[in-house]
Amino acid sequence: MATLLEVKDLRTHFFTREGVVKAVDGVSYAIEEGETLGLVGESGCGKSVSALSIMRLVPDPPGKTVGGEIIFDGQDLLKLPDSEIRRVRGKQIAMVYQEPMTSLNPVLTIERQLTESLELHLAMSKTEARREAVRRLEQVGIPDPERRLKQYPHQFSGGMLQRVMIAIALSCNPKLIIADEPTTALDVTIQAQILDLMKNLSREYGVSLLIITHNLGVVARYADRVNIMYAGKVIERGTARDIYRHPSHPYTLGLLNSVPRLDLPRTEKLDPIEGQPPDLMHLPAGCAFRERCRFAIARCAQEIPPLRPVSAGHLSACFVAETLLSRAKEHAA
Amino acid sequence: MAEQSGSIAVSSGVPIRGLMPGGAIWKHISRFARRKPLGAFGAVIALILIIVAVFAPFIATHDPAATNGALVYAPPGSQLLLGGDQLGRDVFSRLVYGARVSLYAGLLSAFIGASIGMVVGVASVHFGGKTDLIVQRIIDTMMAFPPLILAITIMAALGASLNNVVIALTIAYIPSAARVLRSQALAIKEMDYILAARAIGASHGRIIFRCMIPNCLALYIVLVSVFLGTAIVAEATLSFLGIGVPPDVPSWGGMLNGAAQTYVHLAPWLGVFPGLAIAIVVFAWNLLGDALRDVLDPRLRGTW
Amino acid sequence: MQAYIAKRCLLFIPTLLLATLIAFLLLRVIPGDPALVKLAGETGDASFTQAELHDLQVKLGTDKPLYVQYGKWMWGMLQLDFGQSMYFEEPVAQDLIDKFPITLELTVLAMLIATIIAVPLGLVSAIKQDTPADYISRFISIAGVALPNFWVGILIVYFLVLFFAWMPPLGYANLWEDPATNLQQFIFPALALGFFEMAFTARVTRSSMLEVYREDYTRTARGKGLAERVVILRHALKNALLPVVTISGFQFGRLLAGTVVIENIFMIPGMGRLLLDSVFHRDYTMVQAIVVVITVSVLVLNLVLDVLYGWLNPRIRYS
Ligand SMILES: Nc1ncnc2c1ncn2[C@@H]1O[C@H](COP(=O)(O)OP(=O)(O)O)[C@@H](O)[C@H]1O
Ligand SMILES: [Mg+2]
Repeated sequence: MATLLEVKDLRTHFFTREGVVKAVDGVSYAIEEGETLGLVGESGCGKSVSALSIMRLVPDPPGKTVGGEIIFDGQDLLKLPDSEIRRVRGKQIAMVYQEPMTSLNPVLTIERQLTESLELHLAMSKTEARREAVRRLEQVGIPDPERRLKQYPHQFSGGMLQRVMIAIALSCNPKLIIADEPTTALDVTIQAQILDLMKNLSREYGVSLLIITHNLGVVARYADRVNIMYAGKVIERGTARDIYRHPSHPYTLGLLNSVPRLDLPRTEKLDPIEGQPPDLMHLPAGCAFRERCRFAIARCAQEIPPLRPVSAGHLSACFVAETLLSRAKEHAA
Repeated sequence: MAEQSGSIAVSSGVPIRGLMPGGAIWKHISRFARRKPLGAFGAVIALILIIVAVFAPFIATHDPAATNGALVYAPPGSQLLLGGDQLGRDVFSRLVYGARVSLYAGLLSAFIGASIGMVVGVASVHFGGKTDLIVQRIIDTMMAFPPLILAITIMAALGASLNNVVIALTIAYIPSAARVLRSQALAIKEMDYILAARAIGASHGRIIFRCMIPNCLALYIVLVSVFLGTAIVAEATLSFLGIGVPPDVPSWGGMLNGAAQTYVHLAPWLGVFPGLAIAIVVFAWNLLGDALRDVLDPRLRGTW
Repeated sequence: MQAYIAKRCLLFIPTLLLATLIAFLLLRVIPGDPALVKLAGETGDASFTQAELHDLQVKLGTDKPLYVQYGKWMWGMLQLDFGQSMYFEEPVAQDLIDKFPITLELTVLAMLIATIIAVPLGLVSAIKQDTPADYISRFISIAGVALPNFWVGILIVYFLVLFFAWMPPLGYANLWEDPATNLQQFIFPALALGFFEMAFTARVTRSSMLEVYREDYTRTARGKGLAERVVILRHALKNALLPVVTISGFQFGRLLAGTVVIENIFMIPGMGRLLLDSVFHRDYTMVQAIVVVITVSVLVLNLVLDVLYGWLNPRIRYS
């Protein structure tokens, strides 16, 4: 499989009056063609900012991508002129946002919001675009698309709007869809429908998917590989199976222990991570997770643990990763 | 992963109720000045206005009512700081005394208007149902009367005097105050402890004055500061038109009436200085009001 | 949409009744019996007999109960009879018909000038946030709302006198007969009148545009690869203008009220000046009629704006 997008040492900071918020601070990952990659972490750890950085949509000011590369199609997106990045947005890379209710323009019809990218990127005429829009709405499972096209966002439910967002994202056959917590704002019953829809469509068209979520259950089910983020950095990476079965970072372990699991015997009680995520403006020296970590050693206070391989395709940014790994294997056995 | 430790936004509101120890007040003030330098500038000008108004007899260089044939249309300079008017009265001293009128009319009408409006708005929400509907319709209808027209009408009915100006402006402000605070009260009404107060059968008065109004105070303060700026202009407008403060009382608006207009090309200082005084004071109040609004309740942006 | 308009129109009738009732109460009840006021004269201490008072009361109709007076007045107004002027002792309606168009023209002109300058000013200010253009525009708008219209009027007159040896025209040209002269005569008064609203609208436009810029849907639009121009014109502008439409009802009222000031400074023979003269003459019938005309104008405009708002904002239209 070829690499579609490669994020290298991405740094996006917010320069606020109170200080510099290092929202994304040295994140690297790659997405393969046709792959579904998960990006997981507590809210505020920099998931959205890292996604928006790819699209160069971080509000500036106060935000600025101060370092790194984003290689897509052999080009560094961060170096493209504005006119070029606009040809990537919506055409090559499309986004599905967290809040469907506020992410669509309340005063424009669904038709207008669907057809505009078709007209722009695929140079369709109005009638062609309209026909295509109907087809796309059908595809995402919206009944009576002809009538729905004439309506406005407030006439849709949240789940239906997210379907519309997916239709918009798919409309120009992008190579990558970034879904930023696509189901967080929706009812639990709708969540699986939306994720299944995305997964099926991406498989059908060979679109890569970057699913951002704070829900490990979601990635376990839908993602091929997973990145775990904490305080602006990726702290563990591996296949969904690796992460789920053999977590090798205390934070990941904490995340797993804080949710009920059906695949394991109920030996341990639920055990949420104590404490609060650190202030991204005043990060402590050493490992950012140290203060909440049960396994911290002296070295954690001095050095930032680098992300390093612990087994094939499985990386962890923890000095005691091996201990955790063997513990997890024992446990499973 | 049902519940993760989500980040909980803590509002950084400024405490209004409760006593602050002396030192804390200075800390708040210096913080305000650093965060909102323009607002602090406005506050300084406002303070100067208050000082000028209170100590007018000590600041004025002449008797504001004393006429002097020799000083008719005297240009600004050595004899009279800001020149003399058509009766040879000292423009500077009249400006100083005019600050009293502006502040008196502005403060009283802004305070009383906003207070009555607050009680009407909050009570209307508290009683709800038909009462609220009727009050709302009356407020909406009153809003169709431009405030200046309302004030002119009331002045027509009552006759020119400083206190009548206060009455007219107060009445003109009640509808908009009631309207703004009504929408605030609607949000507050659903808050848990108000529901609890209802549930334990607290009296109407207690719920309105002890539970709901204290929660409207931030908005109330902002409203008063905004009204004050416009009330100073409104008083000046009425006096300028000759239906506000009687002509013998020195007021900024009144000073622009008559000769200041007719002879503006011969004695421009008559037309310039009083207008400048109004503009500076209102400018300062607006800066202060904006800063207060941002600090006390950022959600109020663009409510009027 | 039809249902929405119909509902607005239905609500309009009780509001209209309530507005006239308020105008009636303000001018019939607070000052007391107009017959008494009239007999007491300008100084308020002229002597008169009880019989004279009674005769005048009968003549003015103030011997009847208040609700009868109100009913008669309302009934008259429906037939465009606004009563007899207490000062000129002629029907009020003719004066209104002569002078209202002048005032309306001044107001509309001021509104147009204000909006045409303010909206682009506010938009540029928001789009080019924290650039010199923004600072200039913000200075204009902050300073503008601090300048009372009568002072702006006086200053404009001062400059006109200074540079053009301006004198108040002997007569104002009719818009339809001599539009060029008319506009020439009205442009400066309209500018003085609209200055405050220009500053105000620029401010509202700026903050509303900045708000819209922060909205998720603007980001979505950019994320589609649309050019910034399209994002602004298609996605942001319509949303940003909603608050501008909302405030323009109040602005129209404020401008109508402001004509009282501006018409006096520029000696324009409109309704505003008539209102002030009538206050001095204690001509309550006239004052009352003018207040009703102004209020009804505001109400009618609000009705139009409601429809416009519904057209701009589908959330309103369909609920
Ligand atoms: N516009 C902004 N200004 C300042 N800080 C911001 C801004 N947007 C995001 N941040 C900061 O960046 C961090 C990461 O935010 P985000 O990527 O949205 O988190 P999440 O992982 O929940 O998507 C947060 O801690 C937030 O405080
Ligand atoms: Mg997020």
